[in-house]
Amino acid sequence: MDQRPAIELRGLYRHFGERTVLRDVSLLVPAGSTLAVLGRNGAGKSTLLRILATLLRPHAGDVLVFGEALPRRGFAVRGRLGLLAHDPLLYRDLSGRENLGYHARLHGVGPERVEELLDAVGMRRRADEPVRLLSRGLVQRLAVCRTVLHAPSLLLLDEPLANLDPAATELVSPLIGRAAGATRVLTSHDPQAALAEADLVLGLEDGRAAFLTSPDKVDPAAVKRLYA
Amino acid sequence: MTTYGRGLRGLSLAAAATITAALALTFFYAPLDANQGFIQKIFYIHVPLAITALCGFVFGGVLGAMYLRTGDRKWDIRSYVAIHMALIFGIGTLLTGTIWAKASWGHWWVWSDPTLTSFLIVMLLFATYQPLRFSIEDPERQSRYASVFAVVAGAFVPLNFIAVRAAQAYVHPRVLTLTGGNLPGSMRLTFLVALVGVALLYVTLWKYEMAAKSTRMQVRALRRALLGEDSVAPLKRSAAPS
Amino acid sequence: MRTVLTILRKDLLLELRGLETLPAMILFAIVTFVIFHFGLNRDTIDGQLAAGVLTVTLLFAAMLGINRLFVAEREQGGFDAFLLAPVDRSALLVAKAIALFLFLVVLEVIAVPAFGLLLLGPSLGPALPGLIAVLALGDVALAVIGTLVSAIAVQTRARDLIGPIIGLPLLLPALIGMARGAGPLLVAHASSSPPGRWVAILALYDVVFALLSYAVFDFLLED
Repeated sequence: MDQRPAIELRGLYRHFGERTVLRDVSLLVPAGSTLAVLGRNGAGKSTLLRILATLLRPHAGDVLVFGEALPRRGFAVRGRLGLLAHDPLLYRDLSGRENLGYHARLHGVGPERVEELLDAVGMRRRADEPVRLLSRGLVQRLAVCRTVLHAPSLLLLDEPLANLDPAATELVSPLIGRAAGATRVLTSHDPQAALAEADLVLGLEDGRAAFLTSPDKVDPAAVKRLYA
Repeated sequence: MTTYGRGLRGLSLAAAATITAALALTFFYAPLDANQGFIQKIFYIHVPLAITALCGFVFGGVLGAMYLRTGDRKWDIRSYVAIHMALIFGIGTLLTGTIWAKASWGHWWVWSDPTLTSFLIVMLLFATYQPLRFSIEDPERQSRYASVFAVVAGAFVPLNFIAVRAAQAYVHPRVLTLTGGNLPGSMRLTFLVALVGVALLYVTLWKYEMAAKSTRMQVRALRRALLGEDSVAPLKRSAAPS
Repeated sequence: MRTVLTILRKDLLLELRGLETLPAMILFAIVTFVIFHFGLNRDTIDGQLAAGVLTVTLLFAAMLGINRLFVAEREQGGFDAFLLAPVDRSALLVAKAIALFLFLVVLEVIAVPAFGLLLLGPSLGPALPGLIAVLALGDVALAVIGTLVSAIAVQTRARDLIGPIIGLPLLLPALIGMARGAGPLLVAHASSSPPGRWVAILALYDVVFALLSYAVFDFLLED
């Protein structure tokens, strides 16, 4: 296992036109640990995740994932990270199996892995139906499969448990929960749930890091201010 | 940030002087054309406008390539100004061209001339530049896509002229006989002075607009820094880079 | 290369599933021939007029396909899925251009005989090899420029408007090449080889814009 920190941010900035979306964010996430990102809608959580996923480039500051500097070395880390966001990234006219097969081939992963994951989330039976016919919860299960298909060491999870019923939540936990062993960055609208899972907590307010501590040292008043 | 205002007065004077000289030469020095008479003199504004416009488009493409290479917004602003100045000069070309066509050949438009046709195609292409910019809201993406367009369209200019010339050369003789090396001395001098004058005008106007835009941006940035984010109203959606 | 085939396979599968774009392109072409029959008030046409009608019809049918090329990617997260994969990004350009080229080939396999039946005076037979060569080169131009323009347009608000207005002027030299190359072939007693000059112009156009598109495509994908 790598001894280098999984993620290192130093003075990260990202703008949208004249508006600053992320302002001077710095942090360090050790390998294997979980970072929870809290904040209101529009605070910059999704932007941060997308930058880590190499989908957006930093406008200023340093971003290092597995020791590689983004965006220059993006291609070196892409195969080792998995993003689960609002969009499941699945083609609606193709079946679950076909979608996962497409992603598997893009990542150089064999078809057995697809079957293994479909089994793990209980989707074997409905894997051949077009995605547009599936309920939101089933689509989310497929999205989780897509995320972990290539066994990434860094998981970027934007509201991962949205739309999942308790049974499904249990099924996906071994894949994207603490037990998976990967370094994780997750966001959630529910601060309590996120704190329970985290080793490190970042509070984002208007793009700025309002606080960055371990969960037991988090000031409840600060959290309340974030969502006020 | 570069100061575009530097040397602007000298440049403006040079442009004004050269254009005045060109006008003087046109009306008092250049000989009257035997076939077309007085109206032929429009050639001295029409062809320089055309050449400057085309060079402006290619120049815009080069500036766009610089933006793609460096990611520095100032190249995109330069590219934008270059292209929309060239568009204005291009419209001038088409207007003076149709006036000349009507006066000397009796038609407002002639398909048989490859140069006119190529020019029209290039103008149709670049006319889409601003609608394209306007329809992309994310400012960074707008700059990037506009630069890609500028590069492709800039490369298109020479290719287009080759293709259209090949399409028509063997059917009709060159209608515009007063180009290139065929000009007698006095006409050539007038033409060259006019060309330099129009080119200087282009560069001067380019610099003026760059100065205006860059000053506005600096003022906004200073206000934001001194008075806080809210003191500056967000810019409306626009085709121009901010 | 493997990436190109993966994406191509996915796109062909999607089209087979949905079967919207290709039938529409074909129907559009045939209806346009009928419109030309009435618009020109002619039973048969030949020579340069025929070449012009055929080329313009194929061009506008191609526009239908071009407008749809990247829509699934944009609306169903396909861009992100691709960008997250550890693959060469220009593979997307190549795969889409090949897909568009294949659509155009299928379109022509049906539309050109239909044209021969409905509007063309002289028989297609002797002209066919030359015509195929000209159309093939023209299809490459349509595929390359179409993919580039579609990738630009899909990220804008006025999606299906921007594509044609940028694409049509850019395609004019290729169009000239296609129409002028096919003109001499669509007459009675035609030779089977197209005029060399136009083949050369088409080929030059194809090479220049293929290289240019390959060079700039990355900038359209990154953020």
